[in-house]
Amino acid sequence: MIYLIDGSLEGLLCAVYEWFERKPGKVLLKLEHYHQPDAFSKVFAVHNDSKKADRVWKGLQKKLDKAWMRRFYCTFLAELPEAYGYLFEFACYIFSSGPGAEGNYGNAYVLHVAQTAKKVEREKHRMEAFIRFQHAADGIFYCGIDPDFNVLPLIMSHFKHRYADQQWVIYDLKRHYGLFYNLERVEEIYLEPEAERRLQKPCTEIQAEKEPLYAVLWKDYFKSTNITARKNTKLHVQHVPKRYWKYLTEKISI
Amino acid sequence: MSERIREKLNILADAAKYDVSCSSSGGTRKNDNKGLGDSHASGICHTYTEDGRCVSLLKILLTNHCIFDCAFCVSRKSNDIERAAFTVEEVVSLTINFYRRNFIEGLFLSSGIFKNADFTMERLLRVVKKLRLEERFNGYIHLKTIPGASEELIREAGLYADRMSINLEMPTESGLKLLAPEKNHEEVKKPLAVVQRQLIQLKDEKKLFKSTPTFVPAGQSTQMVIGATPETDKDIMHTAAAFYKDFSLKRVYYSGYIPISNDNRLPVLGSQPPLIRENRLYQTDWLMRFYGFHVNELLNEANPHLDIDIDPKLSWALRNLQYFPVDINVAAYKMILRIPGIGVSSAKKIVQARKFGKLRIDQLKKIGVAYNRAKHFITCADTPYQLKDYQGTQIKTFILAESQSKYLKHDVQQLILF
Repeated sequence: MIYLIDGSLEGLLCAVYEWFERKPGKVLLKLEHYHQPDAFSKVFAVHNDSKKADRVWKGLQKKLDKAWMRRFYCTFLAELPEAYGYLFEFACYIFSSGPGAEGNYGNAYVLHVAQTAKKVEREKHRMEAFIRFQHAADGIFYCGIDPDFNVLPLIMSHFKHRYADQQWVIYDLKRHYGLFYNLERVEEIYLEPEAERRLQKPCTEIQAEKEPLYAVLWKDYFKSTNITARKNTKLHVQHVPKRYWKYLTEKISI
Repeated sequence: MSERIREKLNILADAAKYDVSCSSSGGTRKNDNKGLGDSHASGICHTYTEDGRCVSLLKILLTNHCIFDCAFCVSRKSNDIERAAFTVEEVVSLTINFYRRNFIEGLFLSSGIFKNADFTMERLLRVVKKLRLEERFNGYIHLKTIPGASEELIREAGLYADRMSINLEMPTESGLKLLAPEKNHEEVKKPLAVVQRQLIQLKDEKKLFKSTPTFVPAGQSTQMVIGATPETDKDIMHTAAAFYKDFSLKRVYYSGYIPISNDNRLPVLGSQPPLIRENRLYQTDWLMRFYGFHVNELLNEANPHLDIDIDPKLSWALRNLQYFPVDINVAAYKMILRIPGIGVSSAKKIVQARKFGKLRIDQLKKIGVAYNRAKHFITCADTPYQLKDYQGTQIKTFILAESQSKYLKHDVQQLILF
């Protein structure tokens, strides 16, 4: 039996609801988008229904503590095709077992969810570290990113607390949406392709006057604080993977 | 104007880079004044230098002018280098502007000593006060205490800094006397004690009054230079353990000496810093703080030095085979922590998971246990039966043969024939 979902959290939770209602036995969860119909397997397209999703979410909250609910959400944000399946199996396992089942790291789905969530949390942490704002002429601090996972919802409150007195924009160039903090609250924004392109590299036309100076000072600092006698490129690259370099001020040559 | 500030930053960041502390964790300042910054309990490394060290703070000296002449220090009086000094405003503006662009978590401010201790300490204090009071800055500030500064200044600085530290420089008094005749360990202990007393006092007051000011919320730390003087690993770690105990320090840092001068009391210029040894000392430090080891178990009269080829936990296990094998499915958490190849998080997972049934080898591997190392010290549900009782040296050979230690390549000496 194949269950088809649309890739939303609601769809995933509804799939869990439907499984318990129908008890169809072993089920394979697939995304509509990637599904290739064949003649042999039975297919059931899951309908999104916010009431059903809500019931499953509340049910999970009764079974799992906050840390585990966050792991569940993080694994969803990984946007990995296989992760939807893990979450589905994990939720079914939790509902059909006694309390504390999430501690069973011997169970493959518990472990998968824990490990995927950890990867997402790692990237969330990296984004908190590697975001480099540029002060634009309009007074707003801009930054473009393209993380592997969809971490914007996870980093929002961090930046809101940290930069409470400056307006900022963090834009996900891969997923084409961003966050804008207007000194009051954070809003979701969508930019035109032209504006998106300008976020991809340091851009002179949008910069405030002092901006090049601080970029240079930061580069200088990065160089001066290095101890050549201890050079360890392997460790350096391990900590700052190359895929992030294109957005790091200290790694961009002007 | 901008050229001069670049020059100063280059000189004063270069001079501060030998201070190893980069921690920005443990801050408790919340951004509730709608100001700038929020101290993160876990700390954030914003980038890493090409030598692989974390950069989380703008680490600079206020000045590299110094009245002292310590042989191990680049800023020593007799060294012929360029000198510079930041103004209070320059440090504040650099910190704020770097912070606003998310380059850093905060400021690490140290200084050479100009004129005298109080004059210098007073300047450092002006920087932190301006940041906190005028700029409403809630980021992390690590302030170096200047040895010999008056108690009032140290206490006041503690109201604005998140962490304070003062370097022991050399692990033993005799080592310090040799290289820095003007300094001694007592001078270091005094300010550490001042801060510790104040911490305890304010903690007691906090129980009575909610409005008690925060004081050095991220605690104190210190640093020792390793390999400049002939101390054993035992001397170093026993000193560290004593400082952890006496002054409840948050961290002790170990910094492998990098030759910077032609002084005949010190290793010659160009010799490689003792990186492996430094790494082993940090591992030992970790075992003391997070794994429940007493320093005497790891380093004692019979074993004054740490092994270079294997880590200190494995080395302890091989010397104490009478405690092994440990049954993963019944042993106490504390004993599981002592098994080579099992870290804190795997140990916790094991204790949770075994409630659901006896754990097998494949499950241990998935949980994250370094099984090839751990297998010599454990039994679990499907451990194969084994007749032969191996000696510690044999187990060590097995593990070394399987491991791909990054240090192994240093041991292999290529012979040159022609």
